[in-house]
Amino acid sequence: MQQPFLSLTNISKAYGGVKALEDVSLTVYPGEIHCLVGENGSGKSTLIKIIAGVVQPDSGRIVINGKERQSLRPMDAIAEGIEVIYQDFSLFPNLSVAENIALSHELAQRKRWVNWREVRAIATEAMRKVNVSLDLDALVGDVPVADKQLVAICRALVQNARLIIMDEATTALTEREIRALFDVINNVKRGGVAVLFVSHKLDEVLAIADKALIIRNGRVVVDADARELDRSKMTYYMTGRDIEESMFEWRGDPEAPPLLEVRHLTSRGNFSDVSFELRSGEILGITGLLGSGRTELALALFGVQPADSGEIRIAGKPVSIRSIQDAIANGIGYVPEDRLTEGLFLERSIANNLVARTLDNLRSKGPLLDADRVKTQITEWVRRLSIKTPNPELPAKSLSGGNQQRVVLAKWLASKPRVLILNGPTVGVDVGSKSELHEIIKRLAGEGLGVIIISDDIPELMQTCNRILLMRRGRIVEQFERKDLTEADLTHHLVAV
Amino acid sequence: MTVQDVLTRPTQWTRLLIRDGNLVRLFIACVLIFVTMSLLRPAVFPTIENFRSMGSQFPEIGILAIAIMIAMLTGGIDLSVVSIANLSGVLAALFIRAVIPADAPPVVVALGLLGAIVIALASGVLFGLINGLLVARVGLTPILATLGTMTLYTGINVVITRGNAVFAENRLVFIGNTYLFDLIPIPLLIFAIVAAAVSVILNKTGFGLKLYLIGSNEKAARFSGIDVPKTLIGAYVLSGLLAAIVAIIFLGRNNSAKWDFAPSYVLQAILVAVLAGVNPAGGSGRIAGIVLAILALQFISTGLNMLLLAVSGGQFFREFAWGALLLIIMVINYYSERRRGRT
Repeated sequence: MQQPFLSLTNISKAYGGVKALEDVSLTVYPGEIHCLVGENGSGKSTLIKIIAGVVQPDSGRIVINGKERQSLRPMDAIAEGIEVIYQDFSLFPNLSVAENIALSHELAQRKRWVNWREVRAIATEAMRKVNVSLDLDALVGDVPVADKQLVAICRALVQNARLIIMDEATTALTEREIRALFDVINNVKRGGVAVLFVSHKLDEVLAIADKALIIRNGRVVVDADARELDRSKMTYYMTGRDIEESMFEWRGDPEAPPLLEVRHLTSRGNFSDVSFELRSGEILGITGLLGSGRTELALALFGVQPADSGEIRIAGKPVSIRSIQDAIANGIGYVPEDRLTEGLFLERSIANNLVARTLDNLRSKGPLLDADRVKTQITEWVRRLSIKTPNPELPAKSLSGGNQQRVVLAKWLASKPRVLILNGPTVGVDVGSKSELHEIIKRLAGEGLGVIIISDDIPELMQTCNRILLMRRGRIVEQFERKDLTEADLTHHLVAV
Repeated sequence: MTVQDVLTRPTQWTRLLIRDGNLVRLFIACVLIFVTMSLLRPAVFPTIENFRSMGSQFPEIGILAIAIMIAMLTGGIDLSVVSIANLSGVLAALFIRAVIPADAPPVVVALGLLGAIVIALASGVLFGLINGLLVARVGLTPILATLGTMTLYTGINVVITRGNAVFAENRLVFIGNTYLFDLIPIPLLIFAIVAAAVSVILNKTGFGLKLYLIGSNEKAARFSGIDVPKTLIGAYVLSGLLAAIVAIIFLGRNNSAKWDFAPSYVLQAILVAVLAGVNPAGGSGRIAGIVLAILALQFISTGLNMLLLAVSGGQFFREFAWGALLLIIMVINYYSERRRGRT
């Protein structure tokens, strides 16, 4: 059998008494796709940092290429061919694709002058290896997320990577982009390069892994051939419990007039002739690939990018939504897709975040805020959505992804909206929190809220919605009742052209 | 309250200090400077006379720093504060000259001065409104918008006054030269009232919290339904109003207003705000920080003046000391932030 590229034996690491990793062993062979799976906080990041030489383990052996490393520094790891692609890719948005791919190589060669022809040649060669073609002169800041990912992979290859570690690589990608990425990863693998693919999305792991290492609370639960695993086994290993999610059934009155009616809504270049209705207590899924117009539709309903023509009715009355304030006045709330840049005030306290939406309602007679009501609202929502924090005065960035999403949700719920649009409600949230969020959403719908979930996470839609609309090229092309549908059907429809 | 109580049940103030490392460091710097200077010059530094003198030196810069802080909280800046103060002061002085004759009876004087103060404040609000509209509605970068209006307001001032100082006929000098209870200079009293009022606005009103939220994440603020343009306009109007209050103190102190008075105050006020821990990118900063920062700077400059009285050029030490203190605090802040970031 060939020599493993990397082998970790009994690695342990503690931060101030908290054990992040305990006796973790991992062996990666060249040309192997090894998935590292675990919930947020399970120790995945610490393990990556140890392999990259950023963090030193308290005990354990690290062997790279047959050589034992006593202390591994980031420079050593890079010299050995270990390249980490972090979630933010660490690219230079102001430089071109070719420059991003080739410049670190040029720098590593300690060249004083840049040979532009060589830069292009290196970049082209790297792209050929993984069989992609990108515009060499486009600025990286302008290209879509999926292309940024490819640029990062090409850059790693140019650095003669032997092991590429991809940290939650697919978070911002659509199903189709993920599949394209998997093709690229398989090309990388054929070149004899190992890939350590870090994810908490089970379907992806099953689709691409040769082997999977599942960790929970810093310990290895399973290290197995991926063929021996399936979805429910993995969920069980990751969370230590079986998560059975109940399906959602709408129990409203079919005779009652719809809460929200959208008629022939059109926004030039984004979507056209969109019509649907939402009843009180319904959870309506809207899915489609990136660029299908799903997000633009949500932004039009929320007044961010108002539609050009068509009609929106709330409880039977036509309304005009030209601004966010209009949408709010009509009881429409929106939990945005990117919670970090659009949803949260990371540096401000959880308490501040919870009242951000309702400040104008929390005044006493004069201009001053009513301190008692502010406090009541904060404690009420921390309790109702079980936000896990020792103190709501801590900054929002101290929370985990799932709890951050609860804060954004609570901020809106406090304003008692009638229609709540959730765009990618569980992106970047681990399996356990995800099902808890789903339960919260279902409970809210049970109380009469009209919910629209925009997502391309098929299992999520299947578990939460009672009706699903499919968008393609700016139009609603199909409408399904949840009960007539299987997951495979929906996936098939989503990617069918 | 016993020591035990303080340790186990920290009051709101001590909790605030513990949470905000920058405030703690400023507080320590203040006390250290004060104690050091008192030990080095026991005969002149810790005296009532010196307190009266120091208390009348910093209020203008203190209020200007609060004005700039308000813009900074939203992630902006207001460079036009001093030019607003000068132009509002000129308008008020012209009004005094026009409506109060030399032999006017006290009633006319009182009404005239009231009118002059209203004119100063109203013009400050108007100039702040122009800043706010440029930033929030036109969408100019705050630094460019207020750099532009700074030049504009100064230019208007030169045109109106032909570059001359406008005298206020000694009508407002009582503000600059009177001491409450023979101890507290009126400008210091005004500073205290402004600081307290702005502190209430920032901490107890929805408007204040919105300023912080916008500075922390403008997009999220918009997506939370906060009327961002309206709030920004409010911030610049408030900043202009504070600049106009400074205009009245200027008139009280100098008995005149002029287009090119105290241009260096802009940078000094920014310095105070930054030293106070106001994040120039927006989202954080406290009035308590401004108060501590301005006190530390005043103690150090007065103290050094006393120490270096005999040395030629000693008066220039003020600038040196301010710069040095700013750099020291910033370096300490940088390292403690970095240490905190690692754990």
